[in-house]
Formats: sequence, structure tokens, C-alpha cells
Amino acid sequence: MATVGVDALVRLEGVALGYEGVVALRDVDLTIAPGELIGIVGPSGSGKTTLLRSLLGEPQLYAGTATVADQTRVGYVPQVETVDWNFPITVEQVVLLGRWRSRRWLPWVSRADHDRAHEVMDQLGISEFAHRPIRALSGGQQQRAFLGRALVGSPDLLLLDEPTSGVDIKTRHEILHQLAGLNTAGVTVVLTTHDLNGVASHLPRLIALGEQTVLADGPSSEVLQPGILERAYGQPMLVVQSGHETYVLPVPEEAPGAHGDALPPPEVVSVVGRPDSDQDSDPTPDPAPDPTP
Amino acid sequence: MLEPFEFGFMQRAMIAATLVGGVTAAVGVFVILRRLAYIGHGLAHSIFGGAVVSFTIGFNFFLGASLWGAFSVFLINQAARRRQIGGDAAIGIITTAAFAIGIAVISRARSFTRDFEAALFGEILGITTQDLYVTTGMVVLIALVLFLLWKPLVFITFDHDVATSYGIPVRWVEAIFSLALAATVVAALQVLGVTLIAAALVIPPVVARMLTDSFPRMFVIAVIIGALTGFLGVYVSWFVDVSSGATVVLVQAAVFALTLGWGLIESRRGFSAARRAERLAGLERSLND
Repeated sequence: MATVGVDALVRLEGVALGYEGVVALRDVDLTIAPGELIGIVGPSGSGKTTLLRSLLGEPQLYAGTATVADQTRVGYVPQVETVDWNFPITVEQVVLLGRWRSRRWLPWVSRADHDRAHEVMDQLGISEFAHRPIRALSGGQQQRAFLGRALVGSPDLLLLDEPTSGVDIKTRHEILHQLAGLNTAGVTVVLTTHDLNGVASHLPRLIALGEQTVLADGPSSEVLQPGILERAYGQPMLVVQSGHETYVLPVPEEAPGAHGDALPPPEVVSVVGRPDSDQDSDPTPDPAPDPTP
Repeated sequence: MLEPFEFGFMQRAMIAATLVGGVTAAVGVFVILRRLAYIGHGLAHSIFGGAVVSFTIGFNFFLGASLWGAFSVFLINQAARRRQIGGDAAIGIITTAAFAIGIAVISRARSFTRDFEAALFGEILGITTQDLYVTTGMVVLIALVLFLLWKPLVFITFDHDVATSYGIPVRWVEAIFSLALAATVVAALQVLGVTLIAAALVIPPVVARMLTDSFPRMFVIAVIIGALTGFLGVYVSWFVDVSSGATVVLVQAAVFALTLGWGLIESRRGFSAARRAERLAGLERSLND
């Protein structure tokens, strides 16, 4: 991957990406500025992880150019499903893996690495589990341990693959709160998510994938629109606005509204749009994006 | 009790078994955690082919067997990259074919039946001082590789899919580790023989895994168990008059059985204690009510 100037952290131009000769995404144009908080949404198999890992220079580039700013430190938090839970490793040891480059030819860690790992664990609230095996932790704590591994290298760009997958609402809120805090501290955050209501709708910028390309890129209020979501997910979607909250609901085939029937208007919500509505004539203003989940 | 120490060949055998026991356990830790026990078993058979061919053409045994092993690993990696074949099938085909070459060479030149048996079952009591130097050199080299590659190896073993994302040159590290594994098998060939190497690679790390949840501790425990059982196996073989390689593996198997039994008793004790605590808590609650 080439490098770009400081104005953009990452720039993809006319990119086609994939693995082993199979193109997963094509015609991708994308610029990420320093300090952004971005979500990538789309159905399973739409290329969310491929796009995320393209920022690490991993998938094969079949067309276009991908550039990343010089000296950018990247931290990556994978989906926890890829991890071998039988591996005998403690939380502290997981976090320290992120410092493998420091004294790389020696098996032991330096005092500075050790202190940095404990600083990060304190920040993430997992210090008390430092010497516990990683498999003995809850899903949220495990997720934070892997976040710690990414943060211990002091990244400028933090990439997270489904960081709230398999955790309860409270933990999801805590993780998002921590990510928002990191973003406020200057870390550029890019994450993938399946959770349109609990996560995506709270992010200032969304990238929607579908049909092997980027379908939409912009503020979440502009991306979470029925037309875009139906193209992405191949299913009619209802988008409901309640105050500052946005809700996306799949519309069942047999439900009213799916076949052009009128939906009864909710009492406390305003309907931004639905599959059979005319977007251009919808007078409802877009909700202001909520940058702090 | 000290009788075995009076003989030079026993001294050499005990030193070699201790070194080889320790290093096979060290490499074995990564082998079992990466679920590669099958490749260790296959590689031992493959290297047997290399040993026989080296012997036949008068080439240096250690070098010939190591090169043969490295070439087998290279072929396995190449074949396993093809989706239609898969890793386990590639190991099965290549290592068995390499073993078969050894058998074929032996059946053509029937003169070295004794060497054939030595390679299959080990001949530790026949180790010369020169053999001991070579074995020590190989053990030091393998230990150095593990020392230098410790951090990337631990990362790859724990989270293979993500290692590249953290800048680890996964292919290089894996290639070097494969060479170290081949060298370990060659070093262990004379001590344990083809048929018993897999056990020495697997048993000490598995026992260590049963005893701890910390990777560095598991590594140290495995190496200690490997070295001690290597030494004890040869020492005991003097008194029971059984093949040294087989005795080493039987001692390791006994340690495994004891650890397993102890673990079962401990878990039952823990379960009973928990049940007792539960009953006491229930009794206390009913008294309070």
C-alpha cells in the first residue's frame, strides 16, 4: 500500500478487492480523514471485513489504488470468533501481544511495555482480570482485552470487526462509549456492524455495502434510508425516527406496507421513510447525527 | 542405583535423551496448540525415508534426513494451498510416500536390516561422542530459533488469522518453524526411533497444558517433563532391560495417566466441596427462616 499526505489518513480510488482471484468489492472510492468515526454496514458476505482489512493492506488489490498516510499506526480488533479459546493465555499476555515488535528478538517484555499494558487495561477497566485466562472472561471483557491488544501500540487508526457482536446491551453501550472516548482523544475509528439500531444509527458516518460495491457513504441519517437499505439487504426496510433515535425495521412480506398498504402512523414517532414512500417528497428533516453513542 | 552412570554409553544415552526430551517437548508445545500433532507423526515417517536414502548413498545422515524433512514440509505447504487437497490429506500423501521410498530402498538392499530397525525403534545406546556433539548442536540451534521467534510464534499460534494484520511475517515464521520441527525429528530419530517420536512431541505438552492456564508456564513445565522423562526412561531401561526409546515413551505415558487421574480426583473433590457448600448454605437459609 502506498502512502498519502496528512490531509487524508486513507484513500481508496477505483479499488477492486478480493481473495484468491475472487473479487468481493469493486469500484470502491473512499477517503478517511484523521479523527473520523465510521461504521461499515451491509448484509453477511457483502465485504465488510474485506473492506476493513483492505485498510491493513491484506486483501488482494485487483484494480485501483489504495493509499495510507505515512507513519500511520494501525490497531486491529478481529471478530472474537476467530480466536482459539483453548489457548492458555491470560488477559495481560493477550494485551502484550500488541507490543510484539518491541524487543522482538527477546521472549520477555520490557518494564515500559508492561507499564503501557497496565495503563491500557486500567483505561478499559480490565486490570482486575489481568492474570485470569482469557477464556474465563465474559464476551464483553474478552472484547475489551482484544481492544487492549490493539490500543497498546497507540494506534492512529483503529479498525474493529463487529466489536459488539454477541454482547448484551449494557456491554454494547460501554464498548461504544469507550470507542467514542478514544475518537474524542484523536483516534480514527472504523468499525463494521450488523447492528443498525444499537450501533450504526449512532455513528456520524456510515458506509453501506451491497451489490459488491459501496452503495452509500455519508452521515448515518442519509445512509439509513429505505431505498439504500433495501438495495443492500434485498428486503424492504422501514426507517423510523423518534427524537434523536433512528430505528430500522425489516418489513415482513405479509405485513401491511410491504404491498403498498398504508401503515398506521405511530403515535410517538415520525416516519422518515418506508419502502413505498416517495423520498423526494418526504418533508421530514434528517435527524442530527449523534457522535457520542 | 548408580550402576548405569558407570558406563560411557549410558552416560551419553542419558544426556542425549534429556536434551532430546526437552527440545521435542519445547517444539511440541507449539505443535499441539496449533493442532499439528499429525504433522509431527507424519514428518517422523517421512524423515525415515531420508535417513535410509542418505545411508544408502553414503551421505551425512543428519544433513540428509534434515534436507529430506525440510523438502517434505515444503511439498506439504505447496500441496495444502490447493483447496481441493487440504492440509491433512497433503500430510498423509507426502509423508507416506517419503516413508515408502525408504522401505523401497531397504527392500532393494537387504543388507542393513539392523539399521532399519534402529531408525524405526531408536538405538540410543549406540550413540557415539560425535553423535552427542551433533545432537547437542542441533538442540542448541532449535532452542535458539524458538528463543528468537518466541513473540511472533506465540502470536501466530494464538491468533493465526490476525497475525498478518499486526505486521508479523507469518509465512517466514511458519517456514522457519517447520524447519525447526524437521530438525527436532532428526535429532530425536536416534534416541526414540520413527515410531515413538510423535508421542514425545505430544505427551509432555499435553500434561503441561493440563497443569496450567499460562502459556509461559506451560512451556517451562513441558520442557522439564520432557527432559526428566527422557533421562528417567533411559535410566529405568537399564534395570528393566527394555528398549530405551519405548521406556522413555512409557514413562511419559505414566506421567500423563497420573496427571489425568489426579485431575479427575481434584475435579470430583471440587464438585463435592461445591455440593457441600451448597447444602450448608441451604441449611443456613432454612435455619434463618
